[in-house]
Amino acid sequence: MRYFSPNDVLFLIQAAQWTLYLSLLAFAFGGLVGFVVALSRVSSSTALRWVSRAYVQIFQNTPLLMQLFLIYYGLSLVGFSLSPIVAAAVALTFFSSAFLGEIWRGAIEAVPRTQFEAGESLALTPWQLYSHIILPQAIRIATPPTVGFFVQIVKNTSLTSIVGMTELMRAAAMMNNATMAPMKVFTVVCLIYFVICFPLSLLSRKLEVRLHAGR
Amino acid sequence: MPVVKVKGLKKSYGDMVVLHAVDMEVAAGEVLVLLGRSGSGKSTLLRCLNGLERIQAGTIEVVGHQMSYEPAPLRDLRRDVGIVFQQYNLFPHLTVGQNIMLAPKLVKKLGAGDAQAKAKEVLAKVGLLDKFDAYPERLSGGQQQRVAIARSLAMEPKLMLFDEVTSALDPALTGEVLAVMENLARSGMAMVVVTHEMSFAQKVAHRVIFMDGGRILENGPPKEVFVNPRSQEFRSFLSA
Repeated sequence: MRYFSPNDVLFLIQAAQWTLYLSLLAFAFGGLVGFVVALSRVSSSTALRWVSRAYVQIFQNTPLLMQLFLIYYGLSLVGFSLSPIVAAAVALTFFSSAFLGEIWRGAIEAVPRTQFEAGESLALTPWQLYSHIILPQAIRIATPPTVGFFVQIVKNTSLTSIVGMTELMRAAAMMNNATMAPMKVFTVVCLIYFVICFPLSLLSRKLEVRLHAGR
Repeated sequence: MPVVKVKGLKKSYGDMVVLHAVDMEVAAGEVLVLLGRSGSGKSTLLRCLNGLERIQAGTIEVVGHQMSYEPAPLRDLRRDVGIVFQQYNLFPHLTVGQNIMLAPKLVKKLGAGDAQAKAKEVLAKVGLLDKFDAYPERLSGGQQQRVAIARSLAMEPKLMLFDEVTSALDPALTGEVLAVMENLARSGMAMVVVTHEMSFAQKVAHRVIFMDGGRILENGPPKEVFVNPRSQEFRSFLSA
């Protein structure tokens, strides 16, 4: 056993890098899939709407922890052994795409019906209508909650420690085992998460105020 | 050759019938004003003409296009039909110029130079050439509505539909929009106008239709219809 030293804080900060990488991965892939989910949710095709809705419900209404277990341990039992980082990225992608898809669907539906009518009446194709009229307005509406959701992604990456991702949370658990100083270790860890998340929350709030001021 | 031919049009929302077997025609260059109380079906009829509302029975032919709800033929029809709405419905993230040039560029594949020339031409027509680079939120309601008219005109429609376009404006701003519409009527544009402005109906319309309960009760030149209403409903509408 040894004491919790300033050097250990540096070790935790290094591990926090992985928290950031994982968050960015989850946001990038979750964003790509989430965009498709959002468009499917408002699609004119009943089948697409139904499938995307089921997708969202499944991943929103089950714990991310269970999804991680299934993807990491479950898949390895049936012969697909994923490395911790891949399993973590896949699970976080499902998770964030379901939520981002819903946030963005809401933003698209918040664009007034009359904007769709005006665009359709000008003989635009659905693709032209969305790319030039609906999405530019939806993106403005969606930006504050999207930044806000990034905070949720950052915090939820801590769950991936359970499948062996050495990000901030797992590094902290290891550090705690070595030093037996849980108060110190986890306080520092909380501070690191806070330092990452708080500016994002502030940014989200600021964007929201600006959005409403612009109306 | 009529620009609008409607036969036996029936429209309902669920069990509620809002248009009963309506027949109607609009001749080239004709200004038709639709009058009626709220809920009489006049706006719905207007919106059926460019396919914003789907009908359950009957036929609609607009500037030579048979109404179809298939995407491509419907777009072909809409290229030839402009519509102006009560709430202007300008695109708030685009400038006045961009609002007007969008459809000519995307739909008619006009080059940037041609689209700009067209936009300036129609903006001049509604007296707002100096607002080319302004965003809609910087304009008054009357100015926004004139931009909306210009946006439709830039597509060189053969028929213009107006859906209560002055109802959201204060009286002071109503005049400038009606003046633009009057000029347009004089230029020979075929127009179907849903309005509550009786003076516009009397002065500008070639023909007036009065609707009540989803049926056409009066149909004729304003001089006849206003002087000799055939229906009790129109008489009470006029005296209200």
